[in-house]
Amino acid sequence: MQEILSALAEPNRRQIVELLRRKPRAVGEIADRLGLRQPQVSKHLRVLSEAGLVQVRPLAQQRIYRLRAQPLKELDDWLAPYRRTWEERFEQFDDVLRELKGKDKEKRDGHGK
Amino acid sequence: MATASSFATKVTLPSDKEILITREFDAPRDLVFKAMTDPDLIPRWWGPRAYTTEVDQMDVRPGGKWRFINRTPDGTAHGFRGEYREIVPPERIVQTFEYEPMPGHVFVETATFTEREGRTLLTVRSVAPSKEDRDGMIGSGMEKGLAETHDRFAELLVELRAAARTSAR
Repeated sequence: MQEILSALAEPNRRQIVELLRRKPRAVGEIADRLGLRQPQVSKHLRVLSEAGLVQVRPLAQQRIYRLRAQPLKELDDWLAPYRRTWEERFEQFDDVLRELKGKDKEKRDGHGK
Repeated sequence: MATASSFATKVTLPSDKEILITREFDAPRDLVFKAMTDPDLIPRWWGPRAYTTEVDQMDVRPGGKWRFINRTPDGTAHGFRGEYREIVPPERIVQTFEYEPMPGHVFVETATFTEREGRTLLTVRSVAPSKEDRDGMIGSGMEKGLAETHDRFAELLVELRAAARTSAR
């Protein structure tokens, strides 16, 4: 988990992941889109690859990078209990809001006509 | 429910010290803001369903302090505290957040309320003092869940052992 988080902690690497979400791409294309130098992008891709976040496939003269779903799923599983804590809070807050909206409406109806 | 997905809580990690939480509510933001800053309503929603929440302090103004206590069914108390830094009704609240057993690990939470078509989008950006603190905050939810599972499992083992003894006699 720490490896995945460290890999994603760097803003350029997060941007690379964002780019690869849409489709697999070559190093040169990633460099162009992000306005980075190719060796820099290669270095970031190596870190992402070591964390299992991307995999590479040679295609003619190019190396095509694609996203791997597994580590992202691990990240999502890691976030799940935290997300549930907030969700539980917000569901209870929904109930409070519903009740307050009911009261508002009663007040309005009571004063009207 | 058809509407469930649009109201689902989203959690993302925009940088190594931040947590971003978003959630939509089916009410105008005046009401959402008012409800969220009302001390009388806090016990009804702030803590996990299985816990009770008590408001010890809640002085909603810049520099004002807040302190809530969560109590588990077995009576264990967990204190949370912080200070309000910015109160801009009904748009924004900036406050600090500290879990009392870990003093000094102060998170800064910015809650932003945006209204669209009578609904309110709440965005909470929580900034941790360090990446370790951020990861610890998220990881604690899991540890808590696991600890509960382990406790239940231990209880189950005790029951099973007792049952085995009874049937052996």
